[in-house]
Amino acid sequence: MSAKPIATTRSATGIPTGRLAVWWLLASEVVIFGGLLGSYIMHRVGHPEWAEAAAHTQVWFGAFNTLVLLTSSFTAVLAHQAAESGQGKKAAKFLVMTMGGALTFLLVKSIEWTIEISHGYTITTNTFWSFYYTAAGLHGLHVIAGAIIMGFIAVDAWRGRELQRVELIGIYWHFVDLVWIFLFPLLYIAK
Amino acid sequence: MIETLQQGSSYAADIDGLIILVAVLSGFWFFVAQGVFFWLIFRYRAKPGKKSKYVTGREKHLTRWISFPHGLVLVCDVFIIVASVNVWYNVKQRLPEADRVVRITGQQWAWTFQHPGSDGELDTEDDIYAVNELHVEVDKTYHFHLEARDVMHSFSVPVFRLKQDAIPGRSIMGWFRPTLIGEFDVQCAEICGIGHGVMAARIFITDEAQRAAWVTQNTPNR
Amino acid sequence: MVEATVEVRHAQHEVHEHHGPQGVLKYLWSTDHKVISMQYLFTGMFMAVVGGFMAYVFRMQLAFPGSSVPGFGIVSPGEYNSLVTNHGSIMIFWVAMPVLIAAFGNFLIPLMIGADDMVFPRINRLSFQVFFISALVILGSLFVEGGGFGGAWTAYPPLSAKGVYNQTPLGATLWLIGVTLEFVAFLLGGINFITTLMNARAPGMKAYDIPMVCWMIVIASILFMLSVGPLIAGAVMLLFDQTLGTGFYDPATGGDPVLWQHLFWFFGHPEVYVVMLPAIGITIDIVATFARKKLFGYKLMLYTTVATGVLSFFVWAHHQFISGIDPRMANVFMVTTLLISVPIAELMFVIIATLYGGSIRLATPMLWALAFIAEFLIGGVTGIFLGASGADIYFHDTYFVLAHFHYTFFPIAIIGTFAGLTYWFPKMFGKMMSDKLGKIHFWGTIIPFNFIFIPLFVLGMGGQHRRIYNFQHFPDLAGADFQRLRIIATVALLVMLAFQLVFFYNFIRSLLRGEKAPKNPWNANTLEWTTESPPPHGNWPPDQMPKVYRGPYEYGRPDRESDFWPQDEPA
Repeated sequence: MSAKPIATTRSATGIPTGRLAVWWLLASEVVIFGGLLGSYIMHRVGHPEWAEAAAHTQVWFGAFNTLVLLTSSFTAVLAHQAAESGQGKKAAKFLVMTMGGALTFLLVKSIEWTIEISHGYTITTNTFWSFYYTAAGLHGLHVIAGAIIMGFIAVDAWRGRELQRVELIGIYWHFVDLVWIFLFPLLYIAK
Repeated sequence: MIETLQQGSSYAADIDGLIILVAVLSGFWFFVAQGVFFWLIFRYRAKPGKKSKYVTGREKHLTRWISFPHGLVLVCDVFIIVASVNVWYNVKQRLPEADRVVRITGQQWAWTFQHPGSDGELDTEDDIYAVNELHVEVDKTYHFHLEARDVMHSFSVPVFRLKQDAIPGRSIMGWFRPTLIGEFDVQCAEICGIGHGVMAARIFITDEAQRAAWVTQNTPNR
Repeated sequence: MVEATVEVRHAQHEVHEHHGPQGVLKYLWSTDHKVISMQYLFTGMFMAVVGGFMAYVFRMQLAFPGSSVPGFGIVSPGEYNSLVTNHGSIMIFWVAMPVLIAAFGNFLIPLMIGADDMVFPRINRLSFQVFFISALVILGSLFVEGGGFGGAWTAYPPLSAKGVYNQTPLGATLWLIGVTLEFVAFLLGGINFITTLMNARAPGMKAYDIPMVCWMIVIASILFMLSVGPLIAGAVMLLFDQTLGTGFYDPATGGDPVLWQHLFWFFGHPEVYVVMLPAIGITIDIVATFARKKLFGYKLMLYTTVATGVLSFFVWAHHQFISGIDPRMANVFMVTTLLISVPIAELMFVIIATLYGGSIRLATPMLWALAFIAEFLIGGVTGIFLGASGADIYFHDTYFVLAHFHYTFFPIAIIGTFAGLTYWFPKMFGKMMSDKLGKIHFWGTIIPFNFIFIPLFVLGMGGQHRRIYNFQHFPDLAGADFQRLRIIATVALLVMLAFQLVFFYNFIRSLLRGEKAPKNPWNANTLEWTTESPPPHGNWPPDQMPKVYRGPYEYGRPDRESDFWPQDEPA
């Protein structure tokens, strides 16, 4: 495999290129989720009767998942700290903990969705539930993708390589967390 | 071609007037820009031994040639904005008192026009339903209720200069006042499937007497 | 001393190896920005032939309704709708964007900023692979049961959401997936372009030393990234409506068809600037080179472009004036729409002003660049008729709109492309194109182009609506004088298509037997002209990467004998 181009090692702005890339990626993601949630809010405002449907979401599961994601963001920060001081193996351990949080989140969500579907609330039940599953589902896809990429970065970090990427996946992870912080009240709590 | 398309409604002249205003103002700038453009190409074509000028863009006597037109363009825009707001308000934001009413329903792929019968009211027993034929009276103000049964359609009467999209699940109100007697096209102005191109309807604008005759002929028997 | 130097050279060589994969695999797996740019270019050119063929078929149907079209057969109403839908979609998403942004961006940005590649070469390769799959999906959608999607490139629901309405359900879903994949490809590509321009510049290249075409492509990428998000969300919702039976856009279940329109046009309007900016950037760089002039106002051009980009987020509902939005909102969008014409007009004035005092050589690239300006002016000015909401009541959905956007899109996608190709062909392929054949192709394209679309303006003013396969059904439009205009437009299209053969002949002949191109055939200042034609892998030897000492447009300096001053020449 050929080495990195000279271009990748330059930094005319002083900001590391990887960090720039992640911020631009997040900018595009913000608009995607913003568009989806904006559409949801516009609908919700025009349909007060959706509050009745929203009352059937599993608020405790959602709250527990919020806690899980917040904790996983914390372990991501710890991973970054370890990477900053060159401790690759320690960073990898914290990344694996973060991935564990992701797995827990997904597991809880699976149980939660199973309960809701068995009660008859599917994606086609009404437009509230369509938004619910679409928004949470899109978020879940981002959790899965993030966890997978995190795995690759953890393997590299364990070997002491590409430690600067620990920070980058951490930034992405905080974003995924942030989206959930918006989703939770909008989908679960709002009356 | 616009002169061959007659003005058939009370606001057609307003809309045409706005179009002409835009044509005059934008046309002026268009010809100035193209004129300057082609003149510069000719004037500064490469000549042997003649070097190009070094212009930094900070020369005030030159940038004036840009900032002055820039300001004038803005002024022209203001004229167009004011004129357009007036026309738009008249056609789309106000609803003058109606002499008559009609309900228009678009569906894949035909227009249904619900005319009130001699009682002048919609949704009564003497209503006249016609497919692809809209019958209206000249010099009477109409309110229309526009609906769509399946997908988006759009009610367009070029001779009126009128157009309004029809949205399923909604009834949209608008108005027109025919000013010309005759028979003209009604088109669907929103692609609605395979039959979009055959959703041709006709509008028949008649005088009071012809209208009365049509109503009598077409009122459903009980 | 000598051994030490040799050792240093070896060390550098090991660290910055410039070896790509060899052989056929080179083209499949290469991460070299120049190879990837060619992949985008040739895919885009192929799709242009497909899109052009579709235009040929439906224009033949319009000129000779009901007749069998040679090479296609009789055009049914459903097929007509599929043809116009896919013509539009293909030309915007699979021709204009890959050629103007991805091909030119990939080729030019690293070269023009003095870098050896993009900062993320493997993501670059991934973006092409995703794009290529999207092209296969859209092409595949044309051959499935029911045929290609026929709901227009705007895909308004409920028509696009339910197969029972559009009768092309499989085509509709594949169309949607193809478009969404294309979006993902360009999001990936955009991140590369933006970060590369920001960070990988040669030492000494400050922000205002960057060639305008690079700025334009990157600003376009930013506009794209910030505007496409809501439509991706909307596309997911439409996909679910199509395949899962949700009702996001179905009024019967509490959905709203107009929501799609907002999501679509919130992206759709910035999108036209996404494709416009690279074409204008190409035009600007060519004008500077062939007029031998510094840009009349580099910073002014940059600021008006950014202003246009920002404003472009606030005009979208001018596509929806009569669609059932609150009529009061229409006034707001009318004002923003007319205002956006101001920075664009200013940009055009500044480009024209650059010609003042020049020494203008009318080589083929310059002809294309000048034609862009002349033709785009028509497109821009006719947009004002549509931005004035009162006039739009009449013009919406007529051929006036169609002619307006072809007078903008054609200069952007076709004239801009030919300008860029004829200008950078020597650098890309190491050979010179025939200028004589180039001029024949130029005139054979530009003159017929106007004869296609001026009749369409006239037809639109006469009330002719879009997406209708046979105007004989409308008594007011079926007259002989209307039909004559349709035939003129179609014949002009046939002539224009025929002249494209001249281009293909010139392209291939020049590739195979053209005169070898020097490093800098046009005596231009920018960095791409300081390396070999074509550039080797890595663009420059690793120890000879360029340094920059001045801006890109130092032409015609009175204190120098030569009328140009390359950016990398020390003071």
